[in-house]
Order: sequence, then C-alpha cells, then structure tokens
Amino acid sequence: MTWPWSIHTPPAGPEHAASAAVSIHDMTVAYHRKPVLWDVDLDIPEGRLVAVIGPNGAGKSTLIKAVLGLVKAVSGDVRIFGEPLERRRAWIGYVPQRESVDWDFPVSALDVVAMGLYREIGWFRRVRAPHRARSLDALTRVGMESFADRQISQLSGGQQQRVFLARALVQDARLYFMDEPLAGVDAATEQVIIRLLRELRDAGRTVVVVHHDLQTVQEYFDHVIMLNTRVVAAGPTAEVFHRDNLHKTYGGRLTLLEQAAQAVADTAGR
Amino acid sequence: MSAWTLIDAWIVATAILTALSCALLGNFLLVRRLSMMGDAITHAVLPGLAIAFLVTGSRDTAPMLIGAAVAGVLTAVLTQFISHAGRVEESASMGVVFTTLFALGLVLMVRAADKVDLDASCVLYGALELTPLDTVRLGGFDVPRAFVINAAALALNACVIGLLYKEFLVGAFDPMLSAAQGFRPQLMHQALMVLTAVTAVASFETVGSILVVAMLIVPAAAARLMTQRMPSMIAWSLLIAAASSVLGHLGAIEAPGWFGFRETSTAGMMAVAAGGWFGVALLFAPEQGLLAQALRRVGLRFRIGLEDALASLYRHEEARPAFRAGPSDFWLRRLWRRGLAEPGSKGWTLTARGRARAVELVRTHRLWERYLVDAANVRPDQAHHASERLEHITSSDLLDGLDTALDRPARDPHGRVIPRDSRPAP
Amino acid sequence: MADWGLVARSLMHSDAAGHWWRTLSMQDYNTRVVAAGVALLGAACGAVGAFMVLRRKALFGDAISHATLPGIGLAFILATAMGLPGKHLPILLAGAACTALVGMGVILLLRHRTRLPEDAALGIVLSVFFGAGVALLGVIQQMQGASAAGLESFIYGKTASMLAEDGRRIAICAAMLAAVCAMLFKEFRALCFDPAFARAQGWPVRALDAAMMGMVVAATVIGLQAVGLMLVVALLIVPPAAARFWTDDLRAMVLTSAALGAGSGVVGALWSAMEPNWPAGGVIVLVAAAAFIVSMLFGRARGVLHRFAAHLRLERRVDRQHVLRAMYEAGEQGREAAARSAADLARSGVVPPRRLARALAGLKREGALARLPDDRWILTPAGRALAARVVRNHRLWELYLIRYAAIAPTHVDRDADMIEHVLGHDMVAELERIMDSAGAQALHLESPHRIAPAGEGR
Repeated sequence: MTWPWSIHTPPAGPEHAASAAVSIHDMTVAYHRKPVLWDVDLDIPEGRLVAVIGPNGAGKSTLIKAVLGLVKAVSGDVRIFGEPLERRRAWIGYVPQRESVDWDFPVSALDVVAMGLYREIGWFRRVRAPHRARSLDALTRVGMESFADRQISQLSGGQQQRVFLARALVQDARLYFMDEPLAGVDAATEQVIIRLLRELRDAGRTVVVVHHDLQTVQEYFDHVIMLNTRVVAAGPTAEVFHRDNLHKTYGGRLTLLEQAAQAVADTAGR
Repeated sequence: MSAWTLIDAWIVATAILTALSCALLGNFLLVRRLSMMGDAITHAVLPGLAIAFLVTGSRDTAPMLIGAAVAGVLTAVLTQFISHAGRVEESASMGVVFTTLFALGLVLMVRAADKVDLDASCVLYGALELTPLDTVRLGGFDVPRAFVINAAALALNACVIGLLYKEFLVGAFDPMLSAAQGFRPQLMHQALMVLTAVTAVASFETVGSILVVAMLIVPAAAARLMTQRMPSMIAWSLLIAAASSVLGHLGAIEAPGWFGFRETSTAGMMAVAAGGWFGVALLFAPEQGLLAQALRRVGLRFRIGLEDALASLYRHEEARPAFRAGPSDFWLRRLWRRGLAEPGSKGWTLTARGRARAVELVRTHRLWERYLVDAANVRPDQAHHASERLEHITSSDLLDGLDTALDRPARDPHGRVIPRDSRPAP
Repeated sequence: MADWGLVARSLMHSDAAGHWWRTLSMQDYNTRVVAAGVALLGAACGAVGAFMVLRRKALFGDAISHATLPGIGLAFILATAMGLPGKHLPILLAGAACTALVGMGVILLLRHRTRLPEDAALGIVLSVFFGAGVALLGVIQQMQGASAAGLESFIYGKTASMLAEDGRRIAICAAMLAAVCAMLFKEFRALCFDPAFARAQGWPVRALDAAMMGMVVAATVIGLQAVGLMLVVALLIVPPAAARFWTDDLRAMVLTSAALGAGSGVVGALWSAMEPNWPAGGVIVLVAAAAFIVSMLFGRARGVLHRFAAHLRLERRVDRQHVLRAMYEAGEQGREAAARSAADLARSGVVPPRRLARALAGLKREGALARLPDDRWILTPAGRALAARVVRNHRLWELYLIRYAAIAPTHVDRDADMIEHVLGHDMVAELERIMDSAGAQALHLESPHRIAPAGEGR
C-alpha cells in the first residue's frame, strides 16, 4: 500500500477518527464535465485553525462549498462531527467570498450581522432587540461598532470583510468555514481577523480558512490542507508544510515557492 | 376639480390597493434583479386566461385566476429550466418564454374569438373605470368586486412578506448563506414568483397589465433612490404607489380637459404618474439624486478652485512670479472672505492661516511629483498634472506615508523646495 | 412622394370591421409582398438581436418596443393638428423612433448615473412610456370619430396590411442594418466579448454601444407594423437564442439567427395567409419558438441532447478506463494472474456498482477483457496494451500536475485519450524522460486511489 503524498495518513476503512470535526470520504466534485476535485479523503481535527492552500483553480472554494452542500458532489460522503450535514447545520458558520454578494443591497452593517442569527431565530419570527444587541456585540468584537448603521456599500473592502466575520461570530458555531477572509484586506483588518480566529480556536472552535498567502501560513495556522484538484497533503503545519509538498502543490512556480521556502527557513531558525 | 364622485373614490381606492400590493413585491424583485420577471409574468398569463376561457366558456373569476396563476408560475419555471438545461443566459431565456406564451395567448384568443367575448387589449389596459359597476354585497354595502379581490391580494402579500421578511431578505442578499442556514432560497424564489403571478392576475381584470408592471417596478426603483435601507425603502415605495394612483386618476380626468378632450385611460395615466414620481426622486433624492450628485461635484470643484488659488499665491511669494499667472479676482475675493488672504499695499498676501493651508497643499503637490518621478517612473513634465489632481484628495496620513517612503526629500523633481512648515518661503 | 390613395384604400380595407384577411387571401401578389417583407424583417431582427443576446441585454428590445407607443400617438396628434394625414405610416414610424430614442436615452442615463439594476431601468422605461402611449390613445379615440382604431394595430401588428411600399421600406432598413453589422462586425465582437478590453484598445465603447442600441430601435420600428410592438421583441430574442445552440462562432451565429428569423417570418406569414383565423404576428413567433425548441434539443454546439450524449460517452469512457487501470495496477502489484471478480472490483469502488456491469461488458466487446470460467475477469493481451496506455497517460498527467500545476490546473483533462493532443509532443516527451529517470520511484506516483491489499475492501 502506497500513499506517497501524504504524511498524514487517514485511518483505513470508512470509520473516521472520533475527534474529527469534518470527515470527507472519497469525494469527487465536477463542474459541467471536468472534475474539479478528485477522490478527496480528509479528516479535519477539532479545535484547530486550518488553512486550505493551493494554486488558483485548485478547488479550494469548491471543497468548502461541497462540504456545505452548496455544490453537489458527484460522489463521496461528508460527516460533520460524525453526523450527516443536515443534522449539523446549526453547528456550522460560513463566511463566503466577499465578491459573492451585491454590496449595493439596501441593508446596514448591523442588518447583515443579524442575518447570522436568522437560523437561530427560525422561520417566521422577527429580529428583536436582543438579537440586535448581540449583533452589535459581534460588530464591537471586530471593531466596527461605529459603522453599525452604515449602508454596506459605504464600507471599505476590509470593513466589509469584518462585517462578514462578525456575522459568523454571532452564529456562535462550533465549526467555521471562511473563504479567503484575508484576501484584499488592509493590514489592520488582517490583524483583527487573525486575533479573532485565534480566539475562536482557543475557545475550542474549528476554523477552516481558504488562504492564499503562503508566507503567513506557518505563522497563522496550526493545520494545513494542501490542495490541487486532489489532496496533496494534510496535517499539522509543522509536519506537512515543507518544500517538497509545496512543490507538489504549486508545481514549478518558483517566485511563490521561494517566498515560502524563505518563510519555512525563518521559522525553522527561530 | 370637475366632479369627484363616489365612483371616482371607488376607482382610486381599487387602484391604490393594486398599486400597494404590486409595489410591496416590487421591492424584492428589484433587489433580486428580477424586475423584468414582473413584465414577463404579466405578459405570459395571457394563454392561461385564454385556456381558462376556452375550457369553462365563461369569464368567472375563479378559473381565470387559476389559469393565469398556472401560466405565471410556468413562466418562472420554464425560464429557469431553459436557462439551466440549455445554458441560456437568464434574461434571454425569460424573453423566449414570455414572448412565446404571449403569442400563444394571442393566437388562442383570436381562434376563440367567435366562442367567447375576449379581448387582448382588455388584458393590457384593464377596465378600471368600469370597476364600480360590478359590485358584491359585503356587510350590507355594495362593494366593487375588484376592490374585494385586490384587497385580498394585498392582504396575502402583506401576510407573506410580513411573516417571511427576513427569509426573503437573506435569500436575496446572500443565497449561499440562506442555503447554508437551511432557508431554501430556491423555494423562496418560487414563492415570490407565485405571489407575483397571483397579484398580477388579481389586478388584471381591473387595471390591466401595464399598471401591474409599472407598479411592480417604478415605485420600488424610486424608493431605492430615496433610501439605503430595506424597511424605509418599502415604506417609500408604498407611499409612491399610493400617490401615483391618486395623481394618475386626477390626471386621467383632468389633463385631457386642458386640450378639449374628455378623459383618458386611468391605468395609463397612473403609470405616467408613477414615472413622474420616479423623475422627482431621480432629480431630488437626498444622496443619490442627480441634483445632489451635481451639487457634490460643484462643491468639490469649488474647493479645488479655492485651493489652487491659495497655492498659486504661495508660489508668488516664493518669488517666482513667472511661474504662473496669479489667481483671478473671483477666487481672491473668496479667499479674503474666508480669512485666508488679504489685500495689502503690494498686492494680495496670505494670512497666517492661509499660509499654513497653502504650505500643506504645495508640500503635497511636490511630494507627489517626487513620488511619481522616483517611484512610478513618470516623466517630470507629466507628473505635474497628476499631482494637481492628487493634491486635493490626499489625507494627512497618506502624506506622512509618502514623506517617509521617499525619505523626506528636500526638493521636487523641478528643483523647487518642498516646504515643511508655514514660515514664509525663503 | 407617396401614393396617398393606396394608403387610404388599404387603411379603409383594414378598418373594415377586421376583415383584413380577405384582402390578403384575394391577391397572391400581396402574399408575396408580405412574405418578403416579414422575411427581411426577421433577418434584420435576428442579426441585430444576436449581438444583444450575447451582451446579456436581450430584454433591451422589449423596453424599446414599448417605448414606441407614445411616439405613435404623439405623431398622430401633431400631424393631425398640422393638417397632415395623421395615419401616414412614415410619420407615425418617425414618431415611434423619436420616443424610442428618448427611452434609450433614459435607460443610458439610469445606467450611468444611478445604482439601479439595469433591468429596473428597462422596466421603468417600458411601463411608463407604454402607459403614456395608452393614455394618448385614450385621448386620440375622441378625435374625429373612431379613426384612431387603426393605431392600436401597432400593439399587435397587422401583417397583412403590408404594401409594396412598406416592403420596400423594410428592405432598405434591413439592408442598412446588414451593412452596419458587416462594417462594425469586428468592433461589435469586441464589445460583446469584453467591453473593458475594447475600451482599453481605445475604441469608442459608448458610441458603439449607442450604435448597437440604435440598430435595435431601427429594427423595432420597422417591425411595428408587421408583428406589433408586443411581438417584435420575440424576433429580437428567440432566433438568436436558438442560433446559439448551433454554433460557437459569432459570425455563424449572426447568420444562423438571421436565417432562422427570416424562415420563421415566411412560414408564419404564409400560414396565416392560408388559414384566415391565425393572426400572423402570433404565428410567426410560435414558429420561431418551435425552431427554438428544436434547436435547444438538437443543436450541434450546445443542444441538450448533444451535451447529454457527450456526457454519457465521457462517463462510459472514464468507467472503462477506471476498470482497465484497476486491473492493470492489480497486475503490477503481482497478484496472481491479476484476475479479479466483478464483486471485488465493485468493492474497490473504481466504478459505481450500477455502471460496472456495463463497463465490463463494453470492455469485453472491445476484446480488452476476457471472462474466466470461475467468473473472474482478466486482461487480454490487447487489453493489457490498452491498459498500459491508459495508465501511462494517467501517470503523465499526474507528473504534469506536479511539475506544472500552478500554470494550468484547469487545462488538465485527465480523461483525454491522447495526452499529446492536449499538452503537445514536446511536453509529453519531457514528462516521459522524467518518469523514466525517476524509475521505480515514479511508479508510486500512479494514483491517489489507495489500492487495497488483495481481499480487503476499501
């Protein structure tokens, strides 16, 4: 039996580790006729800050959407804390890519955050004062309380991202999926987001983040999934985030690799 | 006002109910970019009506409602099906579906013309003027049937939107989140389509499809210009819809009189009135109106003119009078009024406050020139024009950043000193 | 200039209690005029509409056609007030074109100066202008008796009332539109495909955009009389949407669309000429819709059946390749004679169980697999060669992914039979060199499937 790409070997057989927040078994996803993800076998352990990295078009967003049932997988089985998705929806928070919504929409920042509570509020019931108070609380945690009444198109990109993050926070989920929350945000926002992600992790939550910046992977994340249409490697950052796997993930794109190699060397020397 | 009678009151009341129920839905159609779906559905119900006629041979309300609602929903479903299965862009697929259904309805109506009295133009214009003649007994009063039907439609829409407001909202804003939360955005979409079809049908007989389309789209669009928030947008759209109904009927009975005619189609004039209110909103809306936009532009241009005059005075003080012509009297007087410059014996001079502001501007300008030439490889003669614009929109943080990034340069690319404080130039 | 008497007579005929069809069935010449006129109209609309559909502005024509109604009403009122014959068609059409252009201006204003979605802008123009038109018609009806009844024919069209003069007008307009299409084809293609690029190239994008919209206005206006403002939009949308199923090339699409539009026009016009109780406008659109359905099903480029068949073919080929690989790799691992039972293959999950039987049968038909007496399957020599090629391609792809993944993971078509066709011979030669030099090591790159030891399921 050979499994040369993965140091982290998933346990054999269909039953997965009990501590896994997400277990994906043999999942294949296709858009139109081309498979985007092939035969993904993956366990994401609970209580970690997990980065999903890989080149453009590697299927990072697709992986998250497939786990959430937002795109249909051709085959495969997904378990969230050992149960099928439908039974665990309430445990999951999702932060989509910022470009995926219409920012001209006539709602305020607070309204957007309150949307995170809709599931908890349930069908037919209205958003009430306590919900708004909690939403404002979440906005305060991301440093956006003074923008609560702003219409969302009047916010900068970084601020919009923080609003999305606040919306995830207010859900108080056990498992978060975030699609490129650090893409195109200013340095201040990046620090706020990273601090919050760590707080979530320290509170025992599992946070899965699609990430694009190889230089910061080691600093920010303790678990990494390296993806390029199939899982190249998955495991603790210290074990799998090395040159060899990066090469297999990113191919010969040297500029990126050199940066990453530098980062690896820096950390090793520390 | 010529003769405002009970009949007019009933007409306006019925029209207001129709307008309100359409405008309420229109808000959600607008934010989902589905406005034209309203147009498509109102056209496409024609074959539903025709088939209902052909099957029952009567013009009873119930079969008509059912036939039209089925056709309306079919439009939405077929549009999605064709766009999905055939990978046709959504608006094209909508266009294919509704024109085909409309043509089918036309042909059916002509074919059936000898069997039932059915007129396609009645579907278009409705017969709002005739509604008070067809009444039902309700609690001892004679109430127009159309009034009752539209009141029921409005009640239905208000209930559904009231109960499912947040579900519609999240489904429209972020379908991904809505799906992840288990709110079935697809189902909500279909529900909106069904409501639109039912509303269109309820209003048809009385007001015709033009008014339905107008009230689905125009009040919501005008309201969107007035506000940035959904609840107040809904309120505005209802207000505009009601105002259009009143104004439209007045226009229909009054305006033709100015030219020596009697009256004209109320439904048509209501659409025009809605357009009029939209025009008002477009011009005068507080932030997004054309006037507000123009005022903002003029304000900015004024500030730029003032700042240019200030900087130009400063450059004169630098004893390079040939560098640039002095500012015109117009701007000098405005600088004076603001206490930034004053006339002296040897011409105009900057006040202390004016100089501080001028130094800041000139410093910004020259730093930008330095930056553009050094860091962005812009030719020095081109750098001037770019800096001219940048100097007016640079925050002090950005300025400090520039200064640091350039290692606090002393001179700009043309060799002029970059001033650091507000002492008079050497 | 024009033959007033002829116009008046035709209008009298047409007004005569809706018996217009009689005029039509009486004279063969008329039918020819109508058919030719409608064919040219269909061709012009089809060609112009193709660009609009590709630009995702299909419904623009809908708004514009509705915006012609107040123009017709105003032209009638003004002409009558000035003592001109109010119903003279060119005057009415000129009025229609004027308000249509105003409507276009409003749409552009709303698009550039507000944040309203474009379809709301279309809907506003559509409903408000049409409402104004209806109000004007209401007034006109009170002018000098019921002479305005003819104006309503612009809403639903009055194909059969078309005269040689009208046919000539349509022909001239259609020829001009065709000429503009041909002259600006390259620019329109750039505008359809990538407006930002066109702007960066220094093309006057806004002017081109306005030109394209102006062509829609022209096509709509000449279509008013024939099919009416409600249905002319169908000619602008349905034929182009149908043509899209047949081709991926813009030029071919414009031509196909024009041909479909012309064909629908002729068939519809003849049909309604022969069968008096079928209104021409509606029939023309229904014929176009039939063409759309046929195209959607059978279109060679994007038709549903074509795509479905391609999907099935792909699925079957992939299934067979998976089976071949599974058999071949089992052989490599040195299992005895590399024969495997169907149940064993099903357990290993290479192919979904319900598709496995078909894949095995297909491979047997091709002579790649043989069935042993004990019901197990084994590769034939020919099958072994085939499988070797499949496995080689697969490994080359893997290698390619590893070496060059960041450049183009989306180019990877792992199911392509001939890897050379996708990557080119040089690239394949290099990959083979790498694979050979890596030797036994490289053989372990073969598969992300874990190959379970014999007898054990996954």
